[in-house]
Amino acid sequence: MHNPQLNKHGELQHLLSIDGLSRELVVKILDTATGFVGVSDRDVKKVPLLRGKSVFNLFFENSTRTRTTFEIAATRLSADIINLNINASSTSKGESLLDTIDNLAAMHADIFVVRHAQSGAPYLIARHVDRMHGPHVHVINAGDGRHAHPTQGLLDMLTIRHFKRDFTGLTVAIVGDILHSRVARSDIHALNILGVPEVRVIGPRTLMPGGLADMGVRIFHDMEAGLKNVDVVIMLRLQSERMNGALLPSAQEFFKNYGLTPEKLAHARPDAIVMHPGPMNRGVEIDSSVADGAQSVILPQVTFGIAVRMAVMSLLAGASA
Amino acid sequence: MKCLVRNARVMDPASGLDETLDVLIDDGLIAALGSSALAAPGTRVIDARGLWLIPGLCDLSARLREPGLEHKATLESELQAALAGGVTSLVCPPDTDPPLDEPALVEMLKRRAQSLGGAKVYPLGALTVGLAGEALTEMAELAEAGCIGFSQANRPVVNTTVLLRAFDYARTFDQTVWLAPIDAHLGRGGVAASGALAARLGLPSVPVLTETVALATFFELVRATGCRLHIARLSSAAGIDLVRRARAEGLPVTCDVSANHIHLIDLDIGYFDTNFRLDPPLRSQRDRDAIRAGLIDGTIDAICSDHTPVDDDAKQIPFGEAEAGATGLELLLSLTLKWAQESSLDPLVALRYITSSPAQLIGIAAGTIGVGVPADLCLVDPHAFWKVSHASLKSQGKNTPFEGYELPARVAATFVAGQLAFATPEFAARPDGS
Repeated sequence: MHNPQLNKHGELQHLLSIDGLSRELVVKILDTATGFVGVSDRDVKKVPLLRGKSVFNLFFENSTRTRTTFEIAATRLSADIINLNINASSTSKGESLLDTIDNLAAMHADIFVVRHAQSGAPYLIARHVDRMHGPHVHVINAGDGRHAHPTQGLLDMLTIRHFKRDFTGLTVAIVGDILHSRVARSDIHALNILGVPEVRVIGPRTLMPGGLADMGVRIFHDMEAGLKNVDVVIMLRLQSERMNGALLPSAQEFFKNYGLTPEKLAHARPDAIVMHPGPMNRGVEIDSSVADGAQSVILPQVTFGIAVRMAVMSLLAGASA
Repeated sequence: MKCLVRNARVMDPASGLDETLDVLIDDGLIAALGSSALAAPGTRVIDARGLWLIPGLCDLSARLREPGLEHKATLESELQAALAGGVTSLVCPPDTDPPLDEPALVEMLKRRAQSLGGAKVYPLGALTVGLAGEALTEMAELAEAGCIGFSQANRPVVNTTVLLRAFDYARTFDQTVWLAPIDAHLGRGGVAASGALAARLGLPSVPVLTETVALATFFELVRATGCRLHIARLSSAAGIDLVRRARAEGLPVTCDVSANHIHLIDLDIGYFDTNFRLDPPLRSQRDRDAIRAGLIDGTIDAICSDHTPVDDDAKQIPFGEAEAGATGLELLLSLTLKWAQESSLDPLVALRYITSSPAQLIGIAAGTIGVGVPADLCLVDPHAFWKVSHASLKSQGKNTPFEGYELPARVAATFVAGQLAFATPEFAARPDGS
């Protein structure tokens, strides 16, 4: 089956999911991102790789943080950036998703950055632009439903590579609401592609989808056992609407069993790093003393996020320099 | 008018007849079967050398979308599609808009279908008013108007007391209840079968439990009431096991599967292809194998098309929002014979699941070839492969997971009550055999 994010030469045409990318391609993105990390530290924080290109931020679901990082990344590549909050405009007037895309493509968009509540929506858009608008239009998935958040997965890998250097000896644990998490899915694919020998997921049975074991993970329901000797802990955000209901009785009980406290973290390796995609619920999935502690790399993740988004956009649409 | 079909390979699954014969059609009935029937003057003679003559297909589920959903399909378009698919009798579920919960609606539908003169339409009445699962419909009146059973389509009854009463009431009037095995809560909102594919794509999922829990409840109600039950669209190995045991116990239970589910599995969804958004969802290869085995061992009575025309606007949206369903009337024969080929099954055996078995199940005089039987027949070119495409389908519904497939066997002509109701241009251009 043709992977719709690759062109017929096997190059990246869109970034829709980490699933299906080769190790070489992932490493190329990470290497490119590493080259961009320094740009943000310069006096002039700009490179001209996307000069004259237009990046449309299409957020069908709100996310100030992710949208802002794409905006900063595009700006640092000298692109023009247009932010559209679709909830508030066309779809409320009954315009279909693909009509919206056609209209924006007619305004000469080069990159669509798409966030959508439905899993797979960026695939629909990518197939449509391939058919209707040609190979100069690219789609970046900025999070679709529970499916994928590939730039988050890549920035997590860049963070791990920065602090741990080599993937092939690591044990990584992903903790919390796996069922609803696109970050977890993207991280699981990326870690497996990069050769991490043991990827663990930790959480209650109600927050894990059936068929999870087939994705290449070891499943733990006991946090202390799951954290034993891990090198990296990735905490997931627990959405407030999941906290009190048929999946979980309360945030308090979740924190007691799966919240990351210094005591639980002590089961990991002493040099383990702690990550979180943000925004954090302090006291729900993570204790403040851990979030702000010496092992936390949550703020470097944000910095790496900009470099990764610059790398992806420049690889998709940049002038071949 | 008399018509003599000569030299066809006549295949009748009900009797096991499979030989090259001449068939004389007179006054809407099959008048004679023989090796050298004589053509009286004025008889139209069709030379069907190289073709199969089989009973017209009986499809246990085809949505015609009238009344109320004419933007998806109309009776005209779908009854033509039925004939092009060799389907001469079909059962339509009651989930129209409004649902078929009043005798006048059923009478109107039957009358319109009759006036169009295509396939014969056998409606299922709504089991509850508005399919809302609260109040029973006037089943006796609806049966008199032409309903052959009572169904909720894909909308489960939440209140088990109502369901018990519906079984009791249907039993009072000797009616069959048709239910899809769906629990009202388990898997609600799901769009793909629980498993590795749904986990990977992050799609809300439908566990097998929805089917097994529903079946366990249904069978208890059948035991309590003695009501006849037809289970519409089994999808899982575990569900088929439950049905097998219920039948062994002697419960009055029949069931069908859709032609999509004898071929496809969840992995075929690929990258969110909405043509594969079906209800029930496609399940694992193990489940598909169990469906095939359940057909062979007689647990499953029939293969239906589950024809559900959907407009493009309801498919060209994200997978989770897309409407479930696929066009199917014109694929039923080919998909059944494709299964027979893949399983090295005698086509005569495979044809039973789309002709005699479903016809017997709904108690109509159809689905067989014999003297005195209504001449609802289908001529098939077994060697013609055809490519499924928008252009090759007469149905207004063009969406199918089999788009682009090369399928075996093409319907050359269809007779309804002795009249040649459909013929391909190639068939119509054949020289007259007289």
